[in-house]
Amino acid sequence: MGSEFTKIFELIISASLINNFVFTRFLGLCIFFGVSKKMETAVGMSITFTAVMMVSAAISWVIFNMVLVPLEITYLEIIVFIGIIAGLVQLSDTVMRKVAPGLYYKLGIYLALISTNCIILAVPLINAGEKYSFIQSIAFALGSGLGFALALTIMASIREKLELADVPVPFRGLPMAFVITGLIALAFTGFSGLITL
Amino acid sequence: MSSSSTNLKELFLNGIVKENTIFKLALSLCPSIAVTNNLKNGIFMGLAVLFVQVMVNMTISLLRKVIHPKVRLPIFMLVISGWVTVTQLMMAAFVPDVYSKVGLYVALIVAFASILARAEMFASKNSIIPSMTDGLGMGVGFLFALSVISFFRELVGKATLTIPTGLTTTYVATFMDTKPLLIMVLPAGGFLAVGILMALFNWIDARYLKKKSHASH
Repeated sequence: MGSEFTKIFELIISASLINNFVFTRFLGLCIFFGVSKKMETAVGMSITFTAVMMVSAAISWVIFNMVLVPLEITYLEIIVFIGIIAGLVQLSDTVMRKVAPGLYYKLGIYLALISTNCIILAVPLINAGEKYSFIQSIAFALGSGLGFALALTIMASIREKLELADVPVPFRGLPMAFVITGLIALAFTGFSGLITL
Repeated sequence: MSSSSTNLKELFLNGIVKENTIFKLALSLCPSIAVTNNLKNGIFMGLAVLFVQVMVNMTISLLRKVIHPKVRLPIFMLVISGWVTVTQLMMAAFVPDVYSKVGLYVALIVAFASILARAEMFASKNSIIPSMTDGLGMGVGFLFALSVISFFRELVGKATLTIPTGLTTTYVATFMDTKPLLIMVLPAGGFLAVGILMALFNWIDARYLKKKSHASH
């Protein structure tokens, strides 16, 4: 039990810091550059994101291991996972609107963005590829969500300051955001070797 | 929309220059950094996207009259993920060494905003030939962007160029004996390279193409 717990802790740390989705796996960049302009939207996005990711990882694990593996149709994983995610997003959209209109008003727009996001799809795919257990899959999803939240908040706080900076004209906007992300990614390479899995 | 040849040419060029997915629209950025530390991986990834884009546009265009508008998005997703699975299985069979490196990103072509956007905005409204041309233009534009980025990164980062001469054969060209700038093949270098190339394209655009004004954002 002790080693199992250590493994889960290691998974969370490694998914959030060492193999950070944005800085070392380069996933979810469209959303990353899209919503990192303001701190408030960044925080809202991170919360929605982590929640949807954990739920979708759990459901995908169950369907992958209970349906796709016994029937030997694992090559359909992409179609099945994208279906699960689209359905889940639609469902949470409807439920949130009825149950928590205040929350829906704040986070609803992010939900629509999520269904075509690569991280959300990548987590079940990686879970299936690495053959993680149920608990490990959820831990991996949590770690990835935390890592994405960390990246988004760092970037948002830098970009808020950047509004005042004097950037050369061709670099204004996205190119500068890329260069900054490159520099943060360089800092994040310092985490590699923190834990050897 | 008439399908005269000048129109088709414009459609084709639109995807490469004016609405280049990576440099202009800044969509589908993930693979532009993830797979571009090596020219060969970049080219194969670009080809995969090109194939999916053309086939999806073709399928949607053929089906556009039978798809009910209310359920169009799930159907588009289904068509896209079907073609992506085809691509994934073909790459695993024919180019296993490339697939082992870019496999995850090939699967994630499903989540490309650009492919869904072309299906929604173009292929679902036009007949098959313009749709395929549009897909070809967008795909070639993507291939071009990936090739430029990976060419630049591999040349600066490793001082080599891995040029695919066939499905499994490659020719590795080596340049200079000096130490290459290793940072360019590291994750961080990908972001720097794309940032600098984007700025370069902006600069060229502002400097030389000003007279061809278009709705910029």
